[in-house]
Amino acid sequence: MTLSDRAEEILEALWIEVVEEKKGTCKVSILKDDEAIKNLARLGYIEIKPPQNQIQLTEKGEAEARSCVRRHRLAERLLVDILDCKKKLVHETSCKFEHFLHKGLDDNICTLLGHPRTCPHGKPIPEGPCCKDARRKPEKLIMPLTELEINRKARISYLQTQDRNILQKLIAMGALPMTEIVLLQRFPSYVFQVGKSKFAVDKELASCIYVRVI
Amino acid sequence: MKKIVLVGSPNVGKSVLFNALTKKYVTVSNYPGTTVEVSRGKAQIGEIACQIIDTPGMYSLLPITEEERVARRILLEEKPDLVIHVIDAKNLERMLPLTIQLLESGFPTILVLNIMDEAEQEGIIINRNLLEKELGIPVVGAVSITGEGIEELKKRILSFSQAMRSYENFISYSLKDEIEKIESLLTSSYPLSKRMVALLLLQEDEEIREMVKEREKNNFFSINQVLEKARDRYVNPISYEVALERQHKVREIVDGVVKLKEAKVTFQEILSRLTMNPFTGFPIFLLIIYLLYEFVGVFGAQISVDFLEKTIFGQYINPFVTKIVTSFIPWKVVQDLFVNEYGIITLGIRYAVAIILPIVATFFIAFSIIEDTGYLPRLAMLIDRMFKKIGLNGRAVIPIVLGFGCDTMAVMVTRTLETKRERIIASFLLALAIPCSAQLGVILALLSGNATLFAIWVGVTASIFVLIGYLTSRLMPGENPIFYMEVPPLRLPKLSNVLTKTYTRVEWYLKEVFPLFIMASVFIWIGKVTKLFDLLLRLMAYPVQWIGLPKESAVAFLFGFFRRDFGAAGLFDLKSSGVLSGVPLLVAVITMTLFIPCIAQFSMTVKERGLKTALLMAGFIFPFAFLVGGIVNLILTTLGVSL
Repeated sequence: MTLSDRAEEILEALWIEVVEEKKGTCKVSILKDDEAIKNLARLGYIEIKPPQNQIQLTEKGEAEARSCVRRHRLAERLLVDILDCKKKLVHETSCKFEHFLHKGLDDNICTLLGHPRTCPHGKPIPEGPCCKDARRKPEKLIMPLTELEINRKARISYLQTQDRNILQKLIAMGALPMTEIVLLQRFPSYVFQVGKSKFAVDKELASCIYVRVI
Repeated sequence: MKKIVLVGSPNVGKSVLFNALTKKYVTVSNYPGTTVEVSRGKAQIGEIACQIIDTPGMYSLLPITEEERVARRILLEEKPDLVIHVIDAKNLERMLPLTIQLLESGFPTILVLNIMDEAEQEGIIINRNLLEKELGIPVVGAVSITGEGIEELKKRILSFSQAMRSYENFISYSLKDEIEKIESLLTSSYPLSKRMVALLLLQEDEEIREMVKEREKNNFFSINQVLEKARDRYVNPISYEVALERQHKVREIVDGVVKLKEAKVTFQEILSRLTMNPFTGFPIFLLIIYLLYEFVGVFGAQISVDFLEKTIFGQYINPFVTKIVTSFIPWKVVQDLFVNEYGIITLGIRYAVAIILPIVATFFIAFSIIEDTGYLPRLAMLIDRMFKKIGLNGRAVIPIVLGFGCDTMAVMVTRTLETKRERIIASFLLALAIPCSAQLGVILALLSGNATLFAIWVGVTASIFVLIGYLTSRLMPGENPIFYMEVPPLRLPKLSNVLTKTYTRVEWYLKEVFPLFIMASVFIWIGKVTKLFDLLLRLMAYPVQWIGLPKESAVAFLFGFFRRDFGAAGLFDLKSSGVLSGVPLLVAVITMTLFIPCIAQFSMTVKERGLKTALLMAGFIFPFAFLVGGIVNLILTTLGVSL
């Protein structure tokens, strides 16, 4: 069963206290009667140890907490890097957002972002299985077109721009997500092929196109 | 009469098809964005008389460039009976979205898959019957340059039935609810289907918004509410979401319809790579410049001019005409109108035919060949980085290079540049530092045989181009331009196309030049009779002498007001008679190169950029040309250089 949003947030807070700040346990006498805490204890994510009502993460709880933190910080990255969210709103929005990143979605987002190591506030993002895979194949999976190897087939993953004018040009060239693309040269201008057409563009346009090697 | 409109992306062969259908010639070239003006022609198809309208290239019904805006306006205003969407068969996936937009808009459409030969070469096999079924419209394959498929197209035009199926739900947009809500709020009638109007509104199309605002006085507020709500729902611009959903549908269709075979790497492809690679590309560019020089500068401006000037005019026409005129007209004053120093025939027509014509003709032959091979976009791509420094982008290569042919034409073509800022900078630089072929030819002839003079001239003019471009781009507010350009395949130019194109251009040019040259002769004659000419000459002699030139050269500069090449041709006469040489010759040539644009270019600048901008440019250029000439003179004489 899935945990409530509140329970996930508690796990997150615990992870930060217990693992990142190495306190081992955490006092939460105030929260003792909280419904979410009781629920977490019942499901075996945490243990409440008398006499001082110290909360300890179980092994299962620690894994889940780690995953919650990972989702939260990935969500922050996503909001800042891709969706260009205002800094002030990042934390608040990603608190809501993280709860949607279940069932491997977090790994996809992580891959999409190129397995970032830290959140926008500089805190570490716990690794997922995808990060370990990526390290074994040391290439970046998603990169701007400007970094793609010449003559290497790739597929467009997304376009990173909010400029309507630039988007419109990319649409006109047929450079849309899911389209196959090959970079033919990068100097003096970037030349790429989409379908059977070749286009010359400048660095500004080329760096809006994010691709995944196939 | 049936009205048929040809639409499609740039460089897919709309103009060739137009020519094939109407048997009328419009300029065709292998670079995107040639059709700035809308051509109309008549055609008899079977029993039906048709008017065919050729439009500038458009990628989408949501316009970004001026050309696209023009093309869409035609679709909206002409109420076509039939739209022929011409596409490049190699690029179905990229071009079908526009077909779908046309269908969604409710235009009766025929799809022409053009350039089938290249598609076959690339191993693309298209199942046309299936595509017809998917789209529900006639699909014709064609190679319009050879005329293949034209007969079938005519047949399909005749048998076209107006009853079209509904394309309402051809694509199921995620914005379906909003679209339907807006559709229901649109009460008046539109030249596009209400669905398309709604879609364009959602995509923030200003022109359509204005149209709707005007026609839906009562509902506009509610429409706007729907739009705002929809916009809030998406992070990305809605135009992007719509494009994605359309592309999805297109991909489905294309996957079913197109089969790919392995294609061979052709010689063209290898050559194409070489022209774009910086290590080979720049040498190839220099080679082309060299060949251009040999053909236009040597063969055109020297051998041909020499022959026409000295032999044909010098030995035959001038003595013959002078003899006739002097024997029939006893008055010296009237004789002067036709012959002698500034006569219509001995000066005006001689300049036009013997000096200008061979140069312009050879230049346009060369330019047409370069154009048709598809080299220009490659040059644009090589030079973009440098052009960015002067506030332009690679695209501006086309008007600038064309400017070396005729600056007036080039100013007209600057309209294809995207921002107003680029258009102003390009027009300004064209007026200042780009000599047209006629002027260039005469300059080459003037400086021929003295490599140092030539090198200094190139150096000074090029530096002025870069420096002034840089300063203008610094002074003018506005965003930096973004460069993107389709690179078409290299094609072997077709001789007949090159010749007709050269012919139409030279014809355009002569029509422009002849009256002006004759008028100049007449004005000079009037000026001489009334002594006004002498007064102007005396006035002009001041700035001319300030920059160290003999006062006789004032004549050439006075001519220069009519046309720059006319002025340069005047210098040619001075050099031939030994008045000008060495440093003063160089100074005169530099000043003349930068000198104010000819009347035709000036009036084109007024037309395209407005009177104020044009006057500002001229007001800067006139003193500036003399200033630069003066500085060069000062430096060279102070250094004691003799050339």
